[in-house]
Amino acid sequence: MKFVSEFRDPSLAGALAERIRRWDGPPVKAMEVCGTHTVAIFRHGIAALLPPEVTILSGPGCPVCVTPNAEIDKAIALANRHDVVLATFGDMMKVPGSYSSLSEAKAGGADIRVVYSPQEALGMAEGNPRKAVVFFGIGFETTSPTTAFCVLEAERRGIKNFFFLSAHKVIPPAMKALLDSGEVNIDGFICPGHVSTIIGSRPYEFIPREYGIPCVIAGFEPVDILQAIAMLLDMRAAGKAEVAIQYSRAVRPEGNPVALETVNRAFQEVDAEWRGLGGIPASGLKLAKALKGFDAELHWDIRPGPSREIEGCRCGEVLRGVYTPSECLLFGSGCTPEHPVGPCMVSSEGTCSAWFLYRPSDQADAAG
Amino acid sequence: MCLAVPARVLEIEREKAVVELGGLRRHANTALVPSLKVGDYVLLHAGFAIQVLDQAQAKETLDLLAEMAQEEA
Repeated sequence: MKFVSEFRDPSLAGALAERIRRWDGPPVKAMEVCGTHTVAIFRHGIAALLPPEVTILSGPGCPVCVTPNAEIDKAIALANRHDVVLATFGDMMKVPGSYSSLSEAKAGGADIRVVYSPQEALGMAEGNPRKAVVFFGIGFETTSPTTAFCVLEAERRGIKNFFFLSAHKVIPPAMKALLDSGEVNIDGFICPGHVSTIIGSRPYEFIPREYGIPCVIAGFEPVDILQAIAMLLDMRAAGKAEVAIQYSRAVRPEGNPVALETVNRAFQEVDAEWRGLGGIPASGLKLAKALKGFDAELHWDIRPGPSREIEGCRCGEVLRGVYTPSECLLFGSGCTPEHPVGPCMVSSEGTCSAWFLYRPSDQADAAG
Repeated sequence: MCLAVPARVLEIEREKAVVELGGLRRHANTALVPSLKVGDYVLLHAGFAIQVLDQAQAKETLDLLAEMAQEEA
């Protein structure tokens, strides 16, 4: 068992696709809320295997895309201080804030470093005792346990020049906000597999219970995604709504209790702003009170000035599943992966980027 | 951003493991999965093992699908 190739088996994928194509019920719109699903679905050409009655929408699953400009502006303002080294994940670098991106700030002389793991930022703090090292933490529940561990480790090891700027978010409240807006009709959710390795299946249970909508927690290989769609259709056909786990090799109903405990020790839930969705109660993570000495927002008075949005960019509507990328006037002409305007095109996991790179134009027209 | 990849655990020493990922050896922090054993497959994300993969569950899924594929054929 290699845990990858087996789930790319063309005969299994073909049989699942065949089964899905036999769907004879009413049209079904399923939404995924994970950037890794967005890319996997496009890269493996899943949409082309589905009948016209079954469509998949991308929701607010790309963490850098949902980070509002004001948060990026704060990180840039910090990075521009001569006594600060700002470390963050590579995905964040090119995302435009109100006036520039972290990449542009770096080109302008700010000390900004890309890390693969937040542990590297801890090492930087130890290696640069005269500088303050700020880790700009973003990501959903998959990532927050790793950054939580590092802040707790900084406390344990007494690393005083390590600080944390948190733009972490949690996904179930965003799913609730989408449903409450009533803007998009969603018949089923494909829930994020790796977020769910941490949180398990229980945090989604309000969705079938309160909204009557089935959920399937899915893995990321073609067979996983197709099986998840088939499971959603089975539930719709049977008039059932529950949270099912397709990705059972990685997801247990209780999630990862050690990771959850780590997150609960390091962070507290706060109301947070999402690009496209606005303010959502208890959808963000900031450092817990006991760790306030590490909180960059408390240590410095960061005032980046008023934020502004990009004119003409429809990222907000794309993130809510209201617009497909091709319905944005900038898509493909004023906004391309080479010259991106909005975050959904900048990020490799953004819906606009995935559409541009993987979706054949005839298909885009058919779906648009 | 939530990309996580399966890697096989080769060695474990306290809260660190050496894992094999596509033929390469890499270090992984194992603090989030304390029950880890050598030979396990883990999901690796941002330098951390975030979950142990369950062989029996994977096999069950694949067997079920193979059965379905035969019925389809």
